[in-house]
Amino acid sequence: MEFSFGTNWSNYARAVGDIFGPLLAAEGVIAFFLESVFVGVLIFGRNRVSPRMYWLSALLVFIGGHLSAFWIIVANSWMQTPAGYTVDAAGRIALTSFADAVFNPSMPVRFIHTVLAAWMTGAVMVAGIAGYYVRKGLHGQTARTMLTIGIVLFALTPVLQLGAGHMHAIEVINMQPEKAAALEGHFVTSRGAPLYALGWVDTARETTYGIYVPKLLSFLYNFDFNSEIKGLRDFPKAHWPPVNLVFQAYHVMVGIGMLAIALGLLGAFLLVTGRLYRARGYLFILPFLIPLPHLAHETGWMTAEIGRQPWIIYGLMKTADASSVVVSAGNVLFSLVMFSLIYLLLFVMFVTLCVKLVKQGPAS
Amino acid sequence: METIQNFQILWYALIFVLLLGYSLLDGFDLGVGSLLPFLGRDREERDTLIHSIGPVWDGNEVWLITGGGALFAAFPQAYATAFSGFYVAMMLVLFALIFRAVSMEFRAHDPARAGLWEKALVAGSAVATLLFGVALGNVIYGVPLDPRMEYTGDFLTLLRPVPLLFGLTGLAAVLLQGAAWAVMKTEGALQQRAFRAVRVLLWINAAVAILYFIVMAAAFPGLTDRPLFYAGALLTLLGLVGLFFSVRRQNDVAPFWESSCSFIGLWLAAGAAQFPNLIKASNDPRLSLTIFNSSTGLHTLQVMSVIALIGMPIVIGYTVFVYRIFKGKTRPSDAY
Repeated sequence: MEFSFGTNWSNYARAVGDIFGPLLAAEGVIAFFLESVFVGVLIFGRNRVSPRMYWLSALLVFIGGHLSAFWIIVANSWMQTPAGYTVDAAGRIALTSFADAVFNPSMPVRFIHTVLAAWMTGAVMVAGIAGYYVRKGLHGQTARTMLTIGIVLFALTPVLQLGAGHMHAIEVINMQPEKAAALEGHFVTSRGAPLYALGWVDTARETTYGIYVPKLLSFLYNFDFNSEIKGLRDFPKAHWPPVNLVFQAYHVMVGIGMLAIALGLLGAFLLVTGRLYRARGYLFILPFLIPLPHLAHETGWMTAEIGRQPWIIYGLMKTADASSVVVSAGNVLFSLVMFSLIYLLLFVMFVTLCVKLVKQGPAS
Repeated sequence: METIQNFQILWYALIFVLLLGYSLLDGFDLGVGSLLPFLGRDREERDTLIHSIGPVWDGNEVWLITGGGALFAAFPQAYATAFSGFYVAMMLVLFALIFRAVSMEFRAHDPARAGLWEKALVAGSAVATLLFGVALGNVIYGVPLDPRMEYTGDFLTLLRPVPLLFGLTGLAAVLLQGAAWAVMKTEGALQQRAFRAVRVLLWINAAVAILYFIVMAAAFPGLTDRPLFYAGALLTLLGLVGLFFSVRRQNDVAPFWESSCSFIGLWLAAGAAQFPNLIKASNDPRLSLTIFNSSTGLHTLQVMSVIALIGMPIVIGYTVFVYRIFKGKTRPSDAY
């Protein structure tokens, strides 16, 4: 990824080196080193360090991972809501305030939203694997402890995510109204805008079909059923993202979030009432939930990135103007095909080895 | 001298140090990976070799990531020109590094195909090493550029004799670095084989280095006026001579430092030939990308300097700390 800004997006790199480069470099110096150096202790150092040092290494990897997420989200949020810059006479983007660039308007809520999604992914992973062990009666107390920790986090993170997602949606309505309108297939600026549960956007006819709750979008925006939400028609068509794709990606993400809230709270209820370890139906479902947070991650990023189109830097630079001048379409296709094949291979290996490791179980 | 020029020179030096650090640290990982079938005769020996780099290769690779980020932050024009211009080569580097990285883990967890993953480790390590040297040789020796700072050559342009010599020199140095690391981390028959590898690679490095310094002196007018070039040649000479004697004495630890010393000498000569260019234009020197015409603004360089000068000493501090945890010979318990 860090290389791809140079290889595939060299015009972008030339334009934003002043701001975007430092964010990536800061991520390397402040976060990535910490995570990568201490992960070596975690994997290989168990017999070389004291339990206390081993725990500290885990903590440092945890901190490094979060700092990494912070700088990456800073960089991406700057592309969504750029700040702390001026455009000079030559059209180059120059840094005026590093603090403003880092704490750009959408960064804080997007950081919280992303980290909560990562925690939720981890919670469901742990709960899913532990659910399988407990249902099969494997690994005794270890599995039950895993399950308890997993379920507590699975109950908390989706509920917290509801709040964070809500704040993020308000931020998008305020900062990127075209994207917000695309999320709900909202074409005409109106008061009392509806919220869709499911739907289909016919962009050509500028109509959205589906199941919706009247006025709910307006209400969620600022707790007023008659607040005004801008529609896509207020913006030039050339600045619309692919509306239906964004709508669908967004609704898949939200749907998974709602399902997670329900199932997480159900798990917490079973835990509190002392029935969790015997709830065979619930334990059976848990492992099958593992892919869902990943899917929510992907569709969430699709919403953020496709929803921003046609801009690579919102309002400042078009994606079409950002690509490398000297790289031929054939070369891009070659690398795309190669990356797809390699990642497919890695994915198959990952799943196969994960299943194998889960079946092996923890060392007793 | 203007203030911004001081920062441009500082950032040339910092990126130089990051890439040098990368070549020394990930250099021994890549060297061990490339030499795996020659040093490790059986499964157990190859386990030991991989476990000797296992705890540290990930952190070592971050030197490259940070070097790339620093290049983007300080000299985005050079970053954009080189990375897009050398597109196919860069992609091959990335594929090689991906396979190098995953093959070690997959080999441990997928014993049925361990042989295949070992081949991926060897190929990934060697290909990445060779291409790094060739890429560096090209930006130093010069490539055709247009007035918009874009590369106008193709993949074959990269494979001219002088850049290829850089690639071979780098490969030889990395193999020596890997063999010297193996000497430090292993014992018994495996270590004796590593000593033999160091002896052979010592002569190969001596031959390649002589060629490298002669070709450098001939290919870069004015280089022979720069003291840094001679300092580099001297360091390489001292490193290799020291290595010759410590191998005869069967010293465990010294060969690694002497190999590193020799490698640093090669880098100093490369820096002496390059500065203040970042990417030399072979068609017209006025089109060259220098540290002065391709940097970011003063404010960015200042902010970055604060982050780097506070952050890097901390990074180096805990990196040394973790290396000390794994000090001494690799143990069977240092496993995945």
